[in-house]
Amino acid sequence: MTATPSHAAPGPALLRVTGLRKAYGPKVVLHDVDLTVARHDVVCLIGASGSGKSTLLRCLNLLEPVDDGEIWFQGDEVTDPRVDARRVRARMGMVFQSFNLFPHMTVLDNVTLAPRKVHGLARDAADQRARDLLDRFGLVGKADEHPDRLSGGQQQRVAMVRALATEPELVLLDEVTSALDPELVGEVLDIIRDMAEAGTTLVLATHEMAFAREVASTVCFLDDGVILEQGPPEQVLVDPTQERTRQFLRRVL
Amino acid sequence: MTAARQGWTPSERQLERQAVRRRLRLRSALVATLATVVVVGLLVVVVTSSPGWPTFKETFLSWDDARAALPTIWEGFGKNVLMFLVAEPLILVLGALVAIARSTHAPALFPVRALAVVYTDVFRGIPTILLVFVFCFGVPALQLQGVTNSLMWLGVTALVLSYGAYVAEVFRAGIESVHPSQVASADALGLSSTQSMRYVVLPQAVRRVVPPLLNDFVSLQKDTALIGAVGVFEALFAARDYANFNFNYTPYLVTAVFFIVLTVPLARFTDWLGRRYARRERAGAR
Repeated sequence: MTATPSHAAPGPALLRVTGLRKAYGPKVVLHDVDLTVARHDVVCLIGASGSGKSTLLRCLNLLEPVDDGEIWFQGDEVTDPRVDARRVRARMGMVFQSFNLFPHMTVLDNVTLAPRKVHGLARDAADQRARDLLDRFGLVGKADEHPDRLSGGQQQRVAMVRALATEPELVLLDEVTSALDPELVGEVLDIIRDMAEAGTTLVLATHEMAFAREVASTVCFLDDGVILEQGPPEQVLVDPTQERTRQFLRRVL
Repeated sequence: MTAARQGWTPSERQLERQAVRRRLRLRSALVATLATVVVVGLLVVVVTSSPGWPTFKETFLSWDDARAALPTIWEGFGKNVLMFLVAEPLILVLGALVAIARSTHAPALFPVRALAVVYTDVFRGIPTILLVFVFCFGVPALQLQGVTNSLMWLGVTALVLSYGAYVAEVFRAGIESVHPSQVASADALGLSSTQSMRYVVLPQAVRRVVPPLLNDFVSLQKDTALIGAVGVFEALFAARDYANFNFNYTPYLVTAVFFIVLTVPLARFTDWLGRRYARRERAGAR
């Protein structure tokens, strides 16, 4: 419960990325990316569309195989091909830009699927915990609805609850407000703020600069697959050292 | 605000529009009726004025022969319905299993995948009637212990294997139509590929393939008549038997009516389901 995560003492590294490279054919999407995330950190990835933010998140969750470099998570090298990706993902939550809720299941089943099937929780316990989380995130009375009955903001909040229901060590958020109407963005940002204040370790790709400045402990500016600049938000967002960062910030602010 | 919305009375312009729409609808209905009457009338004139019409009437439209053949056709038709009812669930299970086998990735399951591919290629490629011959004449010739010699059940086996291959492809198309982001989402939650198939992909795939599956079943209902080719007394064979003895082909038309009565409800149900899914997809489109 650190009120201002940016001033928290650096904990042990939860996630360490070194020399990460990812290419699709001749197109190099990520080049020599280094990133360290400590427990309770909130790392914001910023940069233009196509700069590699989403690909980096997908690599961290092993949804994309890396072409070089290493990812260490809780002391294990998860980029080892012998590692069981499922066990890694079971300790990470991920939320996507387009929600990706399961349309044929109720909200409650969406949330309890992984706790029951992956973590072996009994139905009653999983249901109870899911309902508590849904209530906490302002989704009272939505448990038995199907996703297509909910607004975009509500769907994305359900997706957050689904990612949190397994009590992950790390939550990855991939531009979770980009597909939302402006008036719905706020309710999703509120939840991220709650998660950050509760000490959840977050890595998020975002276009919301004001929000990044408020919650981030570290901001990384990606440009054409390279982390050009990283540091505390007051430095990267206010007084950047790189000309490319200044250009980008001028365009988006 | 709500009260104002409830107390709406259509404006004069709106009433006028409604009147015009009614008139236009009436005119469309009149045109459609007139066109149908003309076309049907012409067809009747062309057919009945043809030189062979009197003979045709005698050999294809004989009321007495229809009545005389009805009991055996009815009895035979019971076999068609029975074969259909037995084959349908078996085809569903076989098709689903083959489709699932084809979408596995585990290296140990390579032989299963290969077998599934060979099976669909071979059984979709062979004409169904040829399969019926192979099973009904070939299997009894092997004199296998414990295998039925009933031509009807051997024929049903041929139908199941032939349609199983088609239905497997329908299921596979359904599985592949589920968006990759759904699988990514299941992966991200830590679900295994088996769990993701069972809880996320298959339920969505099955919903989508119900209309094309029903279409295949309409086709299966008719193809039960193929078993008549090896001498099983189903409806078509019963009709042929009568026709050959009495030189009158009316029983064929009677049989046709039986099949139409059986398939039309399923066809309409398929249409209805298709429309319902289309509506839902549009409603759910982002």
